[in-house]
Amino acid sequence: MKVRKNEVLESLIRLGKQIYNQLSLEDFPYVEMPSRSTRNIRYDKELRQYVLGDKYIRRTARNIRHIRPFTQLIWLADIVHQLIEMGKTSTLRDIYYMSQAYEVDFSDQAESDDIITDLESIISYAREDFNVFPEERSAIYGNLTIEYTVPKYEGKRLNLTVHPDGVMIGPALTSADFIDTDAEIVLCIEKGAMFTRLLEEEVHKKFNAILIHTAGQAPRATRHLIHRLNEELNLPVYIFCDADPWGMHIAQVIISGSANAAHLKELTTPDAKWAGVWASDIIRFKLPSEKLSELDLKRLKELEKDPRYAEEIWQKEIRVFNKIQKKAEQEAFSRYGLTKIVDDYLPRRLEEMKSY
Amino acid sequence: MSREVFYEISPADFFYRNRDIAGFSNPARAVYSAVRELIENSLDASEVYGFPPDIFVRVTAEDEKSSEGTETYTIRVEDNGSGVPARYIPSAFGQVFYGSKYKLRQSRGTFGLGGTMAILYGQITTNSPVKVISSTGDRAIHEYELMIDIQRNRPIVLKHKSYKNEDSWHGTIIEVKIEGDYPRAMPKILEYLKQTAIVAPYANLTFVDPKGRLYRFERITEEMPKPPTETKPHPYGSDVETIKRIISTTECRDMLSFMITHFHKIGRITAERFLEFANISKKKKPRSLTNDDIVRLVKAMKEFKGFRAPSASCLSPLGENLLRVGIQKELNPEFISVKQRNPSVYSGYPFIVEVAIAYGGGVPRTGGIVLYRFANRIPLLYDEASDVSWKVVHTMINWKHYNVDPQDPRIAVFTHICSTKIPYRSVGKEFIADIPEIEREILGGLRDAARELSAYLTRRKAIEMEKRRIDIFERFLPKIAKFSTELAKEKKVPDVKPLLKKVVKYGTEEIQVYEG
Repeated sequence: MKVRKNEVLESLIRLGKQIYNQLSLEDFPYVEMPSRSTRNIRYDKELRQYVLGDKYIRRTARNIRHIRPFTQLIWLADIVHQLIEMGKTSTLRDIYYMSQAYEVDFSDQAESDDIITDLESIISYAREDFNVFPEERSAIYGNLTIEYTVPKYEGKRLNLTVHPDGVMIGPALTSADFIDTDAEIVLCIEKGAMFTRLLEEEVHKKFNAILIHTAGQAPRATRHLIHRLNEELNLPVYIFCDADPWGMHIAQVIISGSANAAHLKELTTPDAKWAGVWASDIIRFKLPSEKLSELDLKRLKELEKDPRYAEEIWQKEIRVFNKIQKKAEQEAFSRYGLTKIVDDYLPRRLEEMKSY
Repeated sequence: MSREVFYEISPADFFYRNRDIAGFSNPARAVYSAVRELIENSLDASEVYGFPPDIFVRVTAEDEKSSEGTETYTIRVEDNGSGVPARYIPSAFGQVFYGSKYKLRQSRGTFGLGGTMAILYGQITTNSPVKVISSTGDRAIHEYELMIDIQRNRPIVLKHKSYKNEDSWHGTIIEVKIEGDYPRAMPKILEYLKQTAIVAPYANLTFVDPKGRLYRFERITEEMPKPPTETKPHPYGSDVETIKRIISTTECRDMLSFMITHFHKIGRITAERFLEFANISKKKKPRSLTNDDIVRLVKAMKEFKGFRAPSASCLSPLGENLLRVGIQKELNPEFISVKQRNPSVYSGYPFIVEVAIAYGGGVPRTGGIVLYRFANRIPLLYDEASDVSWKVVHTMINWKHYNVDPQDPRIAVFTHICSTKIPYRSVGKEFIADIPEIEREILGGLRDAARELSAYLTRRKAIEMEKRRIDIFERFLPKIAKFSTELAKEKKVPDVKPLLKKVVKYGTEEIQVYEG
């Protein structure tokens, strides 16, 4: 991890030198970054994620509309450089508040979040690499021992079964080294109630699983951690969400990434599997269901055309959704008893997944 | 049935009974009107003879504590005008309808009534005489104390002294005691002085109020408007009464010479054509005209199309330069456009309209367009919304057309109408009727001025935007230099001045002029 931090530092300093040299030559400084406009985002079938095309945009201090974001960008580069050097972390919101002391005029946090994404695409590292994290936290539980790499905790080890509610996925955990595990699979769960339910039923033991609570749409740190578990430990990843277009997309983003992060790698897990709850499960397990709303149907239409949904499993389930016009939550299994999902559904599904 | 008693009243008595119409309707208005009338007499006295006026006004309270409400004040007005010859002083100040203003030319008052009215009102309320000190610059200075015999309209001289005039002083000092309410009149008096200073930038006006506060409006130019010349009446504006009056004094023996001698801009040919049109023999003796003849003559005068328009030589407009100087001096706006219209005529009376639009600077912020109205160089302060200028400004001009927001509080509009007869709507002389000819001239003038304002505002906006643009570069370039120096771990911060020079589009001088 230290090597990576040094690379990030070097990239930042290179950016600073580039601008410094331009100014010294009495030129208006500029930076170039891949365009993140939708026209420059394409789906890479091999990588199985969205990637940016080869269009670049130039942001220059010569342009009256560019100079403010340009200043913000170089300020951000300077400030995160200091963060890394001091071994400190920050959040998206922190960055927004810190900016106020420097009068670089962010009009709101959305704007500073945007500039952070700009910096990511210029130096080709994710914001977590320059110590900026989002606020939302998800959790992990399972027999995995990690070793921290963050200052003051360097070398310190922790087993992720240490806390009955799971361990929060934060910067320290995302950057920790994996030491030891006997887990065979990773289970990602959309909802907190279901995550707790599965822990109570000791699913981690019964299935030799590491459980991850995504807390809705999985934060980047969590996606990066899932990526690493899959990549470094070769663990198969299964994702369980609600049976509706939104749940389906939570799984998809973990698998092939979001359009927003098309400039970043190592956030996707192309081999992860969407393991339910499927539209067809509503029929198969006779789950209590609700009617799909207007909004749900509209979202479904969008997904149908999305290249990430080209594979048959997705298209098939979209067809079922359209046919039955119903949706169901993960908790719907409780209708058949609290343990139904653990005793019946999960073993069957995991068995079935082996043949996919 | 009771018996009606008829009796004649003197003009003085008449005005005493109808003091409302002369602007003395309440104690506050009385102080204001008295000060105003006396100042106007002084200005006229100076201007007609071409002296840049030096006018000193002091109002002192009898009871120095100056409590609320009505009390007795002494108003003293000193000028450096022509002065009044000693033998005319009693009549000029102690008799209503006496004065030098009966002739047809532009002046502030018409009949010298206002000043006498102030004296009359003072006498009624305090039973004190007026003190007049005057000299025409000859060897003597005369001092009079006068009262008016109201019923007989005659001056009563209480005291007359004369002094040696060693310094060849000329001018008039008048001191009137009057009952009134100064605290309530104060805002209007100050506004009156300020507005007078706008249209008389060649005058020094000094005012000391009862609390001893000094207000001074300084002369900024020696240039004065060309004094008006007297003219004969134009036939189009003549009425039966005027004709009768002329007939009673004429020495002409036939109608042809009568027309040529007594009316404005009429030669032999026009006179012959007109008399033929009126069906009146050119040989007829003027004195032999019957009442019916005179009515017929007046009617024909209105209908005949062959008269030449009256000349404007009897008018004394301020001129674009003086109006501009006056506005600049009192309001110091960032932009002024002044337009003088060509002379025009309504009902046989010549008139000239002058207008101006000022923007920004010291224009008082009242939440909309501020309107300053002047007639024959008198500021009109009351009943604004009934005035023709108000109508033009608020209902006839589409300000949006000139990129102007009518709610913009930075705009002041000035209208000055000069004429041998200002068509006031009421005897109170505070607002002007919407005569179509006058309306048209005000509208035309304001449109021209508004176009210039519009061009100025467009340019100003462009400069402002340019300034904002440069401000942004000035704000951010040094920051970029600072952050990149830190990030690059360099010591010397690069100089961004050369880059700032490159972003200036327009000349920087222009921006400095605008700021200055």
